[in-house]
Amino acid sequence: MQIETNVLLFELALTFYFLSTISGIIEIFRGKKAASKISIYLAAMGFLFHTGNIIVRYAQGGHIPVTNMHEATSFFSWCILLLFFFHEFRYRLGMLSSFIMPIVFLFMFSSSIFPREIKVLSPVLQSYWFGIHVILAFLGDAAFAMACGIGIMYLLQERFVKSKHLGGLFQKLPSLQVLDEINYHLITLGFPLLTLAMITGVIWANSAWGSYWRWDPKEVWSLITWLIYALVLHLRLTVGWRGKKAAILSIVGFIIVIFAFLGVSLILKGQHTFM
Amino acid sequence: MNIIVIGLNHKTATVEIREKVAFDGPKLGEAVSQLKETPDVKENIVLSTCNRVEIYAGVGNNDNGAENIKSFLAEFHEVPRGPLDEALYIYKGHDAVKHIFRVASSLDSMVVGEPQILGQLKDSFDFALKSKSTGIYLNKLMKKAVSVAKRIRTETKIAESAVSISFAAVELAKKIFEDLSSKSFMLIGAGEMAELAAKHLINTGVQDVYVTNRTHERAEELAREFEGKVVPFEGYVDELQYIDIVICSTGAPDYILMKDQLHSVMKARKQKPMFIIDISVPRNIDPEINEMDNVYLYDVDDLQGVVDTNVEERSKEAAKAERIVEQEVHSFLKWQDSLAATPTIVALREKAETIRKEELEKVLRKLGPLEEEKIKAIEHLSNSIMNKLIHHPTAALKSEQDDRDVMIDIANRLFKLENEENNGDKK
Repeated sequence: MQIETNVLLFELALTFYFLSTISGIIEIFRGKKAASKISIYLAAMGFLFHTGNIIVRYAQGGHIPVTNMHEATSFFSWCILLLFFFHEFRYRLGMLSSFIMPIVFLFMFSSSIFPREIKVLSPVLQSYWFGIHVILAFLGDAAFAMACGIGIMYLLQERFVKSKHLGGLFQKLPSLQVLDEINYHLITLGFPLLTLAMITGVIWANSAWGSYWRWDPKEVWSLITWLIYALVLHLRLTVGWRGKKAAILSIVGFIIVIFAFLGVSLILKGQHTFM
Repeated sequence: MNIIVIGLNHKTATVEIREKVAFDGPKLGEAVSQLKETPDVKENIVLSTCNRVEIYAGVGNNDNGAENIKSFLAEFHEVPRGPLDEALYIYKGHDAVKHIFRVASSLDSMVVGEPQILGQLKDSFDFALKSKSTGIYLNKLMKKAVSVAKRIRTETKIAESAVSISFAAVELAKKIFEDLSSKSFMLIGAGEMAELAAKHLINTGVQDVYVTNRTHERAEELAREFEGKVVPFEGYVDELQYIDIVICSTGAPDYILMKDQLHSVMKARKQKPMFIIDISVPRNIDPEINEMDNVYLYDVDDLQGVVDTNVEERSKEAAKAERIVEQEVHSFLKWQDSLAATPTIVALREKAETIRKEELEKVLRKLGPLEEEKIKAIEHLSNSIMNKLIHHPTAALKSEQDDRDVMIDIANRLFKLENEENNGDKK
């Protein structure tokens, strides 16, 4: 049986992400310094194959591959990794891959469960708004995913400092201030992206269906997400909800993002359900 | 050539003796050049720090060398031999190499893992190099010692965490704030440990320093010392909203900062994190403050706890380091052994070559004038006989086997070789 190139590339990416996640987790539980580097290299290998997979699917389908659940979750983990590598090179945070790669792998793994056929784009979606809208939305959500991972790191490190239990993991995790700042940066990155995604979505909806807002479940949940992160930013700037509270909110926020992203498409139906 | 170590350190000698035998300033140069003239001492390095005085030497004979160095020490410093001998330790061969590696890696230090000793050792070696008091053995040994120390530092966590209260405080501050240079710091009260911690913080880059004290003069004095500003003791709580790091150490019998006071401080500074170190005994800061968000309160016992865990961690890591030392000693001794065979191999070759040349000349003289080609053929014959004969003995001498010493000895006797190294009195 002949294996399609895009399937092969996907499986390779999935395998490398799995190995990267494993070595990242090893680093959490064992003091191996090398595990983190290995984790990053494995992730980079996976990312190359993954990029190949997306290019192949783009060439075959003629549009950005986000038109079914398989493609959407896969493209989402690709976006998270893009931001991950950017942060890894920019800040060189210790242990970042140990907390981000499991999220990446989770989405990649769920992607592998969904059917993989490349569909012809329905006429409604054939618009240049499509590309702009989904890229903005996916990058925004990817920033929230990163903020969630960093938030978990913050909570762990905060626990160590508060409980005065300063073990090996405390030594390897970045400082509280750096984690809090990057968490904040990521939300200030994700929030305008999400805002723009919603604006482009509204404009596009008007040109496609003739109305700006139809209370479609996806729209409702996107609005909820938007309100949550607006609240996170507002509380931080006015009453100083930073540190632990901001970390918890960014984790809660991302759980809602996941629901808006997967749950709505699977449980509630609407014009965003791709099918 | 044998390597020996003669010296004393904080474990074997009191500070009075260490002071007396220290080679400080110009004494070091004198010592190195005098040792160069000492019989049986072929190479030497002198290491002199406040915790140890050690002489590393390459000697022809262990006992003579050690004896000569001991009397040198006694004469140079004019100390009686009795108490000196009691404090001195002598390591030879394997133990000497091991000791030097342990010193370099800070395994022999008072505070295991402290980083200064390697620098001091390097300085001593540089000085010896300049004074031309070392040769191939000690040069190789020192380079190896430095690389062993570096290997241990990267492969183990022996020097990773702070083992004093004031350093532990700085380390924690870095894990809360990352960059301390943009942070402000207030010292409340005074006291030896608090001032030491303050000094470490300022050395790490804290620039915005405030000082407050019940006695105004004392505050002025500390402010001068730390280049900080004085805050009146009565109103210091009002200033806290601008402060990121607080070290408190007053003689007050009770809490001077309560939870609800700090609550409004945190509100005023929009919950920006604060790190508060309470070094006072009895404590001056309400311990419940640690329950507040974005406030991290450590008292003396907490810091001591951190230090204790770190010390424990270090001793665990030290065991790993000892294993590395043992490996490296083994590999160094192997190199030294291979060096021991070299003069024998050279001598063997030279002897064979001399014989070959002599015999060749004899036979050519007897044969009279010959064609060029025939001379070449005879020469070639003599060469290949010689090479084949000495090939196996050479290979045996080069091979890394335990009985190489015996082999060298046998080769010397079988071939009646004469060379400086092996006619010397090898142990």
